[in-house]
Amino acid sequence: MQKYSGFGLLKHALTYHENWQRVWRSPKPKKKYDVIIVGGGGHGLATAYYLAKEHNITNVAVIEKGYLGGGNTARNTTIVRSNYLWDESAWLYEHAMKLWEGLSQDLNYNLMFSQRGVLNLGHTLQDMRDIHRRVNANRLNGIDSYALDAQGVQEIVPILDCSSNARYPVLGASWQPRAGVARHDAVAWGFARAADAMGVDLIQQCEVSDILIEDGATVGVKTKQHGTILGERVGCVVAGNSGVLAEMAGFKLPIESHPLQALVSEPIRPILDTVVMSNHVHGYISQSDKGDLVIGAGIDGYNGYGQRGSYPTVEHTLQAIVEMFPMFSRVRMNRQWGGIVDTCPDACPIISDTPVENLFFNCGWGTGGFKATPGSGHVFAATLAKGVAHDLAKPFSMFRFHNGALVDEHGAAGVAH
Amino acid sequence: MFYIYCPYCGEHREEEEFHPKGQAHLARPENPDECTDEEWGNYLYFRDNPRGIHHEIWVHAIGCRKFFNVTRDTQTYEIKESYRMGATPEVTHANDPLS
Repeated sequence: MQKYSGFGLLKHALTYHENWQRVWRSPKPKKKYDVIIVGGGGHGLATAYYLAKEHNITNVAVIEKGYLGGGNTARNTTIVRSNYLWDESAWLYEHAMKLWEGLSQDLNYNLMFSQRGVLNLGHTLQDMRDIHRRVNANRLNGIDSYALDAQGVQEIVPILDCSSNARYPVLGASWQPRAGVARHDAVAWGFARAADAMGVDLIQQCEVSDILIEDGATVGVKTKQHGTILGERVGCVVAGNSGVLAEMAGFKLPIESHPLQALVSEPIRPILDTVVMSNHVHGYISQSDKGDLVIGAGIDGYNGYGQRGSYPTVEHTLQAIVEMFPMFSRVRMNRQWGGIVDTCPDACPIISDTPVENLFFNCGWGTGGFKATPGSGHVFAATLAKGVAHDLAKPFSMFRFHNGALVDEHGAAGVAH
Repeated sequence: MFYIYCPYCGEHREEEEFHPKGQAHLARPENPDECTDEEWGNYLYFRDNPRGIHHEIWVHAIGCRKFFNVTRDTQTYEIKESYRMGATPEVTHANDPLS
């Protein structure tokens, strides 16, 4: 693998940037792999990377029906934070946060990870009580988290309407300074490049049509384009399509797929240097390095696979944004899109073995999977390598919906991301 | 934007008058106390999530406020039919040739 550096950039400038190496290969699939990962998004690619790096398992295929990072990895609002309420999820997301810090150097790929801080606003007394509770829980888990009053919020974001004239006045916020944003596409590409360099086969344009099962254990997958590909273990990391794959394997997941949408404005001069989220008025916003305001909305309440959101949701979200930032009322919106998120009843992921032996699922991240990308890949790689759940993944077994040990994160995770 | 027919009002109305309420035709176990953890967990949390024909409950929240069922394609978003609670759907995964 060609190492990226400032010097390399200069060197290639001399040849008009015409001699850059291809970033990854396009291999023909082998007959058999140690591990097959279905789904070439951020989580799947991260899993492949950590399998190779931490567990020396390089005979791995990532099978993707479209192109790498073309699903929810390309459709989210790029926010990274770890201020979750419950211990189990706080540990998981903080694990990811620690991997984010230093990931660009690890991958030798600029992820544009920017720890610009995230504010979660409170607009009611109950919001503020919940914020104080969550901040205290975070601090007990060693996560940087602060409760601010309205004045403290105003100092961080001068353009936010913190006056008492607002329809839902800002009373305060939780503030995580280490949180921020990362360039979403670069995350997929960085993991893909690093995994490929260690020998992982990235097989694009290859759709899985069936999961092969013999005597209650999986032996591989059947694909539309390349026939049967055998694998000792199979890990499915397919977000919104998890239910479809589970059906192929003959069981059900406690997951419903919903469209979640986002939109960006025309590019404007730098105006917002942090991330502002509000569960109460229900919108969240940051500004990309390109200058567009990146705005997130809620999920549509109905099940859907259409990768487009409904207009009423856009309208409600923009009402919330304009409520918080009256000065954005005349900014024009440029693009709007949807991704299919796999929501769990307790708003927590499933990283789990399944009723089928050697078949594992990493799904149910719902509206907030991007922030967990490296952590999710790291613990799922350990789970696939050893055949038993990583310690951090144990509370997230799919069987918790039968024994009742749910991790109810709706307060911190269910709405805004 | 969905344009949904309310079988009680007898009219098509815009999506914003309604709320989706999840999978239709879920029968509560007759004797919850006798359910195994698995049966009760399945009833509470496990839902159909098809890519295609799906039967779901909607409520006419700012209309007649009644609950009814809708058969909808979750891929194309086409609404096939609306029918009252207790009625059986005419379009199903089995009889819809396109799904």
